[in-house]
Amino acid sequence: MSAKAVRNINGRLITTTLSISCLVAMTGTSPVLAQEEINALVWCDHTDSALLEPFESANNVKVNLKEYEGTGAALSIIDQSRPGDWDVLVIDGIDVPRAVEEGILGEIPAEALATADFFPEIVMEENNTVDGKTYAITEKYGYNTISFDKSKVDPEDMKDMASIWSDKYAGRIAIYDYYLPVIGLTALAAGIDTANINEENMDEIRERLLSMKSASKLVGDVVSSQTALATGEVDILVGGGEWVTAVLSAEKPDLDWVIPEQGGLRWSQSIGVMADSDKKDLALAFVQYITSPEAQAKLATSSCYWGMPANKLAGEHLSDEQKTALRWDDQTQYLSNSQLYPAPDADLDDLMQDVWTEMLQN
Amino acid sequence: MSSDKLEKSDVRRAWFYVAPALLWTMAFFIVPFAFMAAMSFASLVRRKIVYTWDLANYLEFFDKPYLLKGLFVSLEITLAVTLISVVLAYPLAWIIAERVPKRLQRAVLILAILPFWTSYVVRSYSWLLLLSSNGVINNALMGAGIISEPLQLASTTSATIIGFVHFFVMLLTLTIYSNLVQLSPNYKRAATDLGANTFQTFWHVILPLTLPGIMVGAFLTFVLCIGDYITPQILGGNNELVLPQIIMLQLGRRADLPAAASMSIILMLVVTAVYLLCLRWLKMERT
Repeated sequence: MSAKAVRNINGRLITTTLSISCLVAMTGTSPVLAQEEINALVWCDHTDSALLEPFESANNVKVNLKEYEGTGAALSIIDQSRPGDWDVLVIDGIDVPRAVEEGILGEIPAEALATADFFPEIVMEENNTVDGKTYAITEKYGYNTISFDKSKVDPEDMKDMASIWSDKYAGRIAIYDYYLPVIGLTALAAGIDTANINEENMDEIRERLLSMKSASKLVGDVVSSQTALATGEVDILVGGGEWVTAVLSAEKPDLDWVIPEQGGLRWSQSIGVMADSDKKDLALAFVQYITSPEAQAKLATSSCYWGMPANKLAGEHLSDEQKTALRWDDQTQYLSNSQLYPAPDADLDDLMQDVWTEMLQN
Repeated sequence: MSSDKLEKSDVRRAWFYVAPALLWTMAFFIVPFAFMAAMSFASLVRRKIVYTWDLANYLEFFDKPYLLKGLFVSLEITLAVTLISVVLAYPLAWIIAERVPKRLQRAVLILAILPFWTSYVVRSYSWLLLLSSNGVINNALMGAGIISEPLQLASTTSATIIGFVHFFVMLLTLTIYSNLVQLSPNYKRAATDLGANTFQTFWHVILPLTLPGIMVGAFLTFVLCIGDYITPQILGGNNELVLPQIIMLQLGRRADLPAAASMSIILMLVVTAVYLLCLRWLKMERT
């Protein structure tokens, strides 16, 4: 090979090396420090960057989130995904056994979870464990009940759910657009425990729902119903609770909520690791992070909705105002007068959604 | 011989030029549409999609009154919006084209399309602020002593129509205006020479000649309005669901893709039927 050819090759090599170096410098990529990713199916309260950032930085991981509403939708998304697509699942606490039965959630080591620091009623082993094995951990809870503006509504009236069906407040009511809690509340008003809702008593619940709709002004999602209550468009929100009023407590002190004598619905959300996840260790680390006191405080006061943290040590990271808005000191009484969400099987779930769509359309 | 070769090369060049558009349409319209059509014949059985190749989803749609009502509500709102928008947009477009000096027309058109500059969602929420019980309209009426209790303006079908009309009047104004300014002034002069007064000139000459512009705008309004989900969701208060809202319920709540696909196909068939009905007017060129 001639000296000129060697010089040409060297020149090209130097140019190529420089080009690659420039590209790497410009894109900031480094093959050695490739970032891992985990995929989580979550509710909207997990999407604040302030919640995710500490975990992502500490573990050099990107947490990809997909929001969903309703367990039925989540299960269908999972059914239509490939095994291993999802690593973490946030799910209604009541639906954990269903997810375990369908082989969706994998076992997680109980000793790795901080349940000793939790409110005892919220550990909810009956939901989160199956055959003595732990599959999920409660991360947040609260109530779907009656929210109202106490400057416009008699708070005494709100202690009896029958007021919702009386003419006194017709046209001043909003209904939260989520079928499970509102059907649950309607069942409680009819004297039916949420665990006893079935295809036979759905007729009575349907009649009551249609009647409530005719007395209501609107049916809205989280944002619409909260806006309607906050702006005075309506005075009562059926299905509301601390998750509606707590975030507005400083600006709208007249917004209040109550668990009526018939009872309220207690929602709880659990988090677990997917059985088919290829990144179980990282997924478990995320679960541990979310149930740590610091993350629990952020989750409790998320921009989407507030709710009580399952880990009581989160109280150390919440201000007095935040704790007052969450009714931190009243939890014993509230827990005793609330029932869990309905947990319908696939057929009852279909029927409930049909009834709900019919209610919306009337 | 040479002319044959020339024609073949022209054909090849033509294919070369249209190939990207064809591929794009195939990849992002034809293929997804075929998947959606196939999906509409499947069923959701215990949360799993099973290709049953039957009409169950279509039969269910026509069997359940509250689902079918969604289609009628959609048609009712869309027809009202289209009609009101045409009635409001035509005079506006005519005034801009005929009465506003040429040098100011561009500025007036920019003013007319100002609402397009804001987000569609923000615009809908703005209407909510105007129409709500404590909104500008109710406060003004109560302040003037015209009403003692706020009117329910928001969370109604009327609110949805108002939100839509606000948007589509602008769209129709543009299509009708572009049609009006293309009209030769000789048409008007000829009509006047033949003894027609202003109204007769408009009714017998201008209006028929601008009909293609009206129909194009009206058809665009129809298509965009009947498929819209955001405005009814924000302004309608979930009190009467339009078909796109019901489709979204199938997707968001049930992940029932087959039901959503069948309803989308029904919506598309309605749009196709309206297109065929309007076909004779949907030509911008004058003959």
